[in-house]
Amino acid sequence: MLFYKLYKDEQGRKVGFLQGNEACLEAALIAGLKFFAGYPITPSSEIAAVAAEKLPMYGGRFIQMEDELSSMAAIVGASMTGKKTMTATSGPGFSLKQENLGYACLNEVPCVIVNVQRGGPSTGLPTQVSQGDVMQAKWGSHGDHPIIALSPSSVQEVVELTIQAFNFAEQYRNPVVLLMDETVAHMREKIVFPLAEETEIINRHHSEVDPQKYKPFDTSFGDIPPFENFGSEYRYFITGLIHDEYGYPTTKPLEVKNLLDRIHRKINDHTQQLSLFEQYQTEDAETLIISYGSPVRSCLGAMEAGRKKGMKIGVLQLKTIWPFNPEIFTKLPSKIKNIYVVELNMGQLILEIERVIKRKVNIQGINKYDGLFISDQEILKYLEQQQGKKS
Amino acid sequence: MMQDIIHQYLRPSKKFPHVWCPGCGDGIVLSAIVRAIHSLGKSKNETVLVSGIGCSSRAPVYVDFPALHGTHGRALAFATGIKMANPELTVVVITGDGDGLAIGGNHFIHACRRNIDITAVVFNNSIYGMTGGQYSPTMKVNDYGATAPYGNIERPFDVCDLASAAGANFVARATAYHAIMLEKFIKMGIAKKGLSIIDVITPCPTLYSFYNKAGKNIDMMESIRDRTITIQKAEQLSDAEKEDKIVVGIFANRDFPEYTGIYSDLMERAKRSVKDEELL
Ligand SMILES: Cc1ncc(C[n+]2csc(CCOP(=O)(O)OP(=O)(O)O)c2C)c(N)n1
Ligand code: SF4
Repeated sequence: MLFYKLYKDEQGRKVGFLQGNEACLEAALIAGLKFFAGYPITPSSEIAAVAAEKLPMYGGRFIQMEDELSSMAAIVGASMTGKKTMTATSGPGFSLKQENLGYACLNEVPCVIVNVQRGGPSTGLPTQVSQGDVMQAKWGSHGDHPIIALSPSSVQEVVELTIQAFNFAEQYRNPVVLLMDETVAHMREKIVFPLAEETEIINRHHSEVDPQKYKPFDTSFGDIPPFENFGSEYRYFITGLIHDEYGYPTTKPLEVKNLLDRIHRKINDHTQQLSLFEQYQTEDAETLIISYGSPVRSCLGAMEAGRKKGMKIGVLQLKTIWPFNPEIFTKLPSKIKNIYVVELNMGQLILEIERVIKRKVNIQGINKYDGLFISDQEILKYLEQQQGKKS
Repeated sequence: MMQDIIHQYLRPSKKFPHVWCPGCGDGIVLSAIVRAIHSLGKSKNETVLVSGIGCSSRAPVYVDFPALHGTHGRALAFATGIKMANPELTVVVITGDGDGLAIGGNHFIHACRRNIDITAVVFNNSIYGMTGGQYSPTMKVNDYGATAPYGNIERPFDVCDLASAAGANFVARATAYHAIMLEKFIKMGIAKKGLSIIDVITPCPTLYSFYNKAGKNIDMMESIRDRTITIQKAEQLSDAEKEDKIVVGIFANRDFPEYTGIYSDLMERAKRSVKDEELL
């Protein structure tokens, strides 16, 4: 059953009052989603429910698998037939996805994994917000592997970044993690969906080579090999073992190294294209708040309230978490003296930020991990206290 | 003749030598799969092989079909995604007794329950070959393995009973010794709409034999031959008499509705509801 209705505005755009989870699936349909496999878990379950109802209306298919191991395997299998695929989960399920997420990274299988973060570890806080899976999104699966992760701060951004997640997955032949959090997933906001002509949709690119000559991991086209569907005239083999350009297992040191180098290079060399971020009033800022996901809203509130009191605050919002883009931080205006990193965890992305900022500047975390959302007053109060300490 | 068929289906690009030990039963089972696909006239392009991890799961490397060598235990889960996303494809799963029944046991029963149109061939050697001969969920009580130095204390699954109870449309058992029967059952399984499980008793003359002093391949093959009885024969025997026997034959052959077909009907209903409500 759907708990929202869509209307059309004067320009013909779909509008509605939607939850982040609902908006996520609607946006996935715009991006071309054709197969969803999942296993229920709070606070992500609405995504699967909308998928179950809507996908078959538009020629797509939905399946509720027996667990997250199998739902991840199913979306990888489905993607091999050329379909755009997605799954959605939360912490405990995200842990189980890691096995075949690694498989998808190694075999360069496009797919989107939504992780609506809740408090952890373990079963943690099933209904409460957290951003505790930021590092897991990068390092959760064993072995060095490339990953793209995006994090929306509002329901409208859920729409934008869900479409973007599919586009990146297709373009780079890589799984993309959409790191939502419980707040953005369950918050309802007025949403405007873009018209088809306003939306860029990217599809994986196919080769024109003779099927006899096709190599699934051919490097002669650059770092992103063309993809061919299972069931087409291109017959090939894929494996979770380290493989050569044909996809066959190899242990030859040079082939091993070349493969690992290439799958990382294909993402790292495009860090600038993949890096989405917003800066708010950073030009004259002396204090910079850095955040991502739903806490960005509170950071902006704190910035406005602080500015009224004469504090020169700016906000940097990261929409792309991985690959991490050091250039944003090395180019920050030199007036900035204090940096506060707001996260709903015990301090994860701050480690990356501290790693890349080489100049002398005060970097501190503002961390909340009690299951509650962080308010603008809390952030502002913290900034004022710190300022008080210094003066 | 048989040779000719096999040669048509070997991958043109590399990939020999294979990983199997001399005398391993896995090659015989793969050959039966290929002959079954061939005799059904299935196109290479539209027949997808999916496997997990283990000696047996290496089989798809060597034959010329689109193939996914997945993660340990998940073959049926990958296969479910492939079949759902493109129901036109013929999907054949190759799995071991460890892969399919231990780590993949949950996927096994749920694939049977959904009765999705996939044929799974279980290469059942009652041991973990690839990792060095540990006991598997189909190993008999008191057999030995690397992790059963005092004899196995766990009762084995009967793969066919399990598949039948879980709802698969077609369930049969053959052995690597009875290669023609095996080919026939695989063929029936692929032709059948719904989930088909073919349990194949196959020798591991390297590790099973090492721990159980079962001799060479020939000895194991003879033992398989001598212990094999039909379902009809088994019905006349007491449990004690059946103890060491391999019961071959068709355990289930029925026509419960198939999953992707049911889903296609659901899609028709869903599409109609769009028109009714004129959803945007
Ligand atoms: C998640 C995971 N756990 C364990 C392993 C190690 N492993 C590889 S193959 C295998 C057992 C294979 O046994 P079976 O399926 O019976 O196949 P066989 O080798 O006997 O053909 C195990 C435990 C693995 N690859 N992945
Ligand atoms: S270890 Fe056993 S199952 Fe594995 S290839 Fe050798 S004989 Fe076959």
